[in-house]
Amino acid sequence: MKRGIGYGIAALALVGVPFFSGEYYINLASQIFIFAIFAASINLLLGYGGLPTLGHAAYLGVAAYVPALLHLKLGLGHWISAPAALFGTTLMACAFGLIALRATGLGFLMLTLALSQVLWGTALRWVSMTDGDNGLRGPARPFNLDDATSFYYFALAVTAVSIWLMARFVASPFGATLQGTRDQPRRMSALGHDVWMIRWVTFIYAGFWGGVSGLLFIYYHKYIHPVSLSLANSAEGLLAVIAGGSGTVAGPIVGAAVVMLLKNYVSAYVERWNMLMGFVFVLIVVFMPEGLVPGVRRLWRRFRSVT
Amino acid sequence: MAALQIRNLKKSFGGLPAINDVSLEVAPGERRLIIGPNGAGKTTLFNLLTGDLPVDGGSIALFGEEVTRLATHRRVHRGLARTYQIITLFQKDTLERNIALSLLGLSRTRWNSFGRIPEQFREEAAAVLSRVGLQALASRPVSEVAYGERRRLEIAMALAQNPKVLLLDEPLAGLSREERGGVKSLIAGIRREVTVVMIEHDMDTALDMAERITVLHYGRVIVEGSRAEVVADPRTREVYLGH
Repeated sequence: MKRGIGYGIAALALVGVPFFSGEYYINLASQIFIFAIFAASINLLLGYGGLPTLGHAAYLGVAAYVPALLHLKLGLGHWISAPAALFGTTLMACAFGLIALRATGLGFLMLTLALSQVLWGTALRWVSMTDGDNGLRGPARPFNLDDATSFYYFALAVTAVSIWLMARFVASPFGATLQGTRDQPRRMSALGHDVWMIRWVTFIYAGFWGGVSGLLFIYYHKYIHPVSLSLANSAEGLLAVIAGGSGTVAGPIVGAAVVMLLKNYVSAYVERWNMLMGFVFVLIVVFMPEGLVPGVRRLWRRFRSVT
Repeated sequence: MAALQIRNLKKSFGGLPAINDVSLEVAPGERRLIIGPNGAGKTTLFNLLTGDLPVDGGSIALFGEEVTRLATHRRVHRGLARTYQIITLFQKDTLERNIALSLLGLSRTRWNSFGRIPEQFREEAAAVLSRVGLQALASRPVSEVAYGERRRLEIAMALAQNPKVLLLDEPLAGLSREERGGVKSLIAGIRREVTVVMIEHDMDTALDMAERITVLHYGRVIVEGSRAEVVADPRTREVYLGH
């Protein structure tokens, strides 16, 4: 009941943002939504599967490049380019998963990094196709979502559905087995679970949601640059998950908000915002090593037990 | 047809043979004890049987079906279950969820990625925990229960799958006298249709529970037979007493 009321208040607050905020903050909130989907998809691998990835920006980047290329080179509309982007990204996750899941732990991390670096290098150097460092202009937004408010509601709706589906995924029987493979992979095999297959399915699912965030990304920015596929972008997603709290549904959303606020809002006032971001992460890791959401929950429980 | 048939099994680590041409047959419903001094290759043998380790040579058959090259989880689906010498459980999860993960292992429901874990699994888990006397602890995390209760939970997880062949790797290790009693009666109560192969160091306890005994030494079977035959054999004395 209490939780339901909490969700209701949060939903009302999110729906009400455009009524009491300027365009800058509405756009900032839209960017947080996009990054929240991206971070939540990383969380499926890192938080629930115990698979640390440093190459997840590949899915965001490819899902953003595909509609831009289909629009610019072939003049195709959203009804073809959007499904093509998601299908292509998911197919790529199938193939990348086959390679990356030959290892776990650090090996997995390095393979995901290497695969994404190949794509980043391709986007940067294949100038005739991607226009290299100049980036590509994306298509106009679908459904006439040209003003900040309408795009905000579109991004909010997509984010709500995405997070809900990912939350259902981790709470499902399959999600329980995924968390089992994170904690005791050998034991899971001995209980009849196909650990590799569980990880592969999750890898593909996470790739799909990375693609959804990429599609929103190109619709929002109407522009894509190779930096979106870069290690820095993957690392920011990973930091958002760790800062917010991996293995929780709310953690990546909070982490995404922290990263985007530091990156977009604070950078307007502080020249060395990168340093500030590093400092904030050090503080989080020192005082709440489990992340902000589990850390605040812990403090709240302690406060309740004292009072 | 033998429940478990092993022929000329071999496994080496860096040129050092851990299992050296081991052959043995376990009849359906039999209680077989594997004994031997430390380093004899007992746990390695279990790891080969479950597929945790790949074999270098030889074959393994479960009820006549060759499983030597099958992945671990596929052997489980053919009726093989095991426990570990070092307790391997999901520490942060409740006892009920540990059992549910075991039940999911053989159910198609495990691929359901949208719904909740069905109530039926909770009920089955509760029934399994009740059978091993852990029903009162069902909602407690594993990390909060005693060592002996964890041992019982591990055996319960294997039994929840209604296995045809159950491998117990030192199920009494590290238990107090009282806890041993509980686990012993739990093992003694396993249905006769289940074939049980057990590694155990506590000879007094283990000899009580076994019908046939295999003695391993330096990865080889040196003695095999009934309890009386094995105890009377001078090679057993030599391995255990050195004379």
